[in-house]
Amino acid sequence: MLQRLRTRNFIPPADAGVSPLSVSGLSVAYHRQLALHDVNWTAPTGGLVAVVGPNGAGKSTFLKAVLGLVTPLAGTVEVYGRPLAQQRGLIGYVPQRESVDWDFPVNALDVVTMGRYGMIGWGRRITGAHKRAGMEALDRVGMADYARRQIGQLSGGQQQRVFLARALAQEARLYFMDEPLAGVDAATEQTILAVLRELEAEGRTVICVHHDLQTVAATFDHVLMLNRTLVATGPVADTLTDANLRLAYGQRASGLSLLS
Amino acid sequence: MTLPDSQTFLSVDLPALLAALFACLSCALVGNFLVLRRQSLMGDAISHAVLPGIVAGFLVAGTRDTLPMLTGALVAAVTAGLLIELVRRLGKVEAGAAMGVVFTSLFALGVILIEQGPARQVDLDADCVLYGQLEGILWFGPAGWSSLLDPGTWASLPRQVVQLAAVFALCLAIVLIFLKELTLVSFDPALADTLGLRSALVQHGIVALAALCAIAAFEAVGSILVIAMLICPAATARLLCDRMPAQIALSLVAGAMAAIGGYALGAFGPALVGFDHSVGAAGSIATLSGLILAVAILFAPRYGVLARRRLAQVKQPLAVG
Repeated sequence: MLQRLRTRNFIPPADAGVSPLSVSGLSVAYHRQLALHDVNWTAPTGGLVAVVGPNGAGKSTFLKAVLGLVTPLAGTVEVYGRPLAQQRGLIGYVPQRESVDWDFPVNALDVVTMGRYGMIGWGRRITGAHKRAGMEALDRVGMADYARRQIGQLSGGQQQRVFLARALAQEARLYFMDEPLAGVDAATEQTILAVLRELEAEGRTVICVHHDLQTVAATFDHVLMLNRTLVATGPVADTLTDANLRLAYGQRASGLSLLS
Repeated sequence: MTLPDSQTFLSVDLPALLAALFACLSCALVGNFLVLRRQSLMGDAISHAVLPGIVAGFLVAGTRDTLPMLTGALVAAVTAGLLIELVRRLGKVEAGAAMGVVFTSLFALGVILIEQGPARQVDLDADCVLYGQLEGILWFGPAGWSSLLDPGTWASLPRQVVQLAAVFALCLAIVLIFLKELTLVSFDPALADTLGLRSALVQHGIVALAALCAIAAFEAVGSILVIAMLICPAATARLLCDRMPAQIALSLVAGAMAAIGGYALGAFGPALVGFDHSVGAAGSIATLSGLILAVAILFAPRYGVLARRRLAQVKQPLAVG
């Protein structure tokens, strides 16, 4: 099965210069209101990218459109040079914690192995190998002891770590995360940041919706600044400037620059 | 009326009991995925919305054969789905409101067809729609208990019982084979989509299965029992366990308990306490399933009202100290 996955999903060699994610002309509308307009962006290969912007700027919409969860009005999305539909095995997703029902009768390990259902395939059993991979992923986020816990009995931070472990179990090259650090405890924040750096060191690309401008510079390499359209993008040091922040956030943000 | 002799039991009670049992098991099984997706109302909507389709199928074919009624019901189910979407978009109302408007309208249309249409001359009436015709399912095959060992006897099993057993077998096979996909889509449809397991396909499949169960069960047990069985057993199981396999198994146990216990209560209960008549088994089964749920709500070991109250009392002094 793994072999099939490798032949199906194509990763060009690192020196071919093909970006993990290339978005062109992406526009999305909800109820006839434009949420995103004509976003053109090519992600850097490897590294941590923060998607920032004010509330309602279309950050989550951008992720969902790129992942094919909402249908865009226009535009194309390519993952490693090919349409998303052919490359699903290469992407991993951490949704917002509120997006699911935590009372659901599944335990932490059940949720983590869900990340591997794409590899396992329709109607096939979850084998011991997949459960072991799930346990390893739980171990990486320090949650191995909670594998058999029903997910509703975990704290918010622990739930977020289970979601991250599920994404790790996907063994993706390109990760999308929707505010993974929102409202978590300090220990969870440390764990998540450590895992993000591991992913970066392994040459993977992580695109993270991030709301806290204070921590962008310390954690991320690149910034994608949105406010219903692309405002600015590039390395954090060149992009998170006063001028750009004013462009994205309006006058409220003057003096917000965190680089000086 | 007294307790039935063995021949009456085999010819009258056993086939009705089997029909009720398979109807309850199918609905309980599929109901899990409606309750867990917090779409319990969907079962209600489906079982009401398919009525005009069933009546239309019956009118066109002129018989109570399953195929035309099933076809009509499926057409009605699809129409209902489209109408709900249409009302939701044009009326800019939430899905629940759109569902409520569409399914009551379609159900009313079905009742008008029954009361005013040519169906009036034949045996399809509103009572049958609501309560079913469990007592009308007769099995002329068996002659004494020993005849149950003869395969020939089983060949004459009434059509409704065979149909309901087949629907249950189909649902069970689908749930066992695709439990992984059904669980994923019920829990996190967005993840399913990013993995390339199309959640819309699975969700439509769940609704189609629920419609199939509702249609198959409705003739025997009526729409009230269908609604109760799509919701109560799954809700009961949810209070008693924390894993999907246990959830499925417990919902089937709760459904079977309600079917067997409820039938016994309805058919033999009044006689035992000296009344002269039996009550409709479909009603007593639905009532019992509600009672089982009530017991679970109160006494479930972890999620029951009493258990949570006890837990709160234990935690409070700890929090203070």
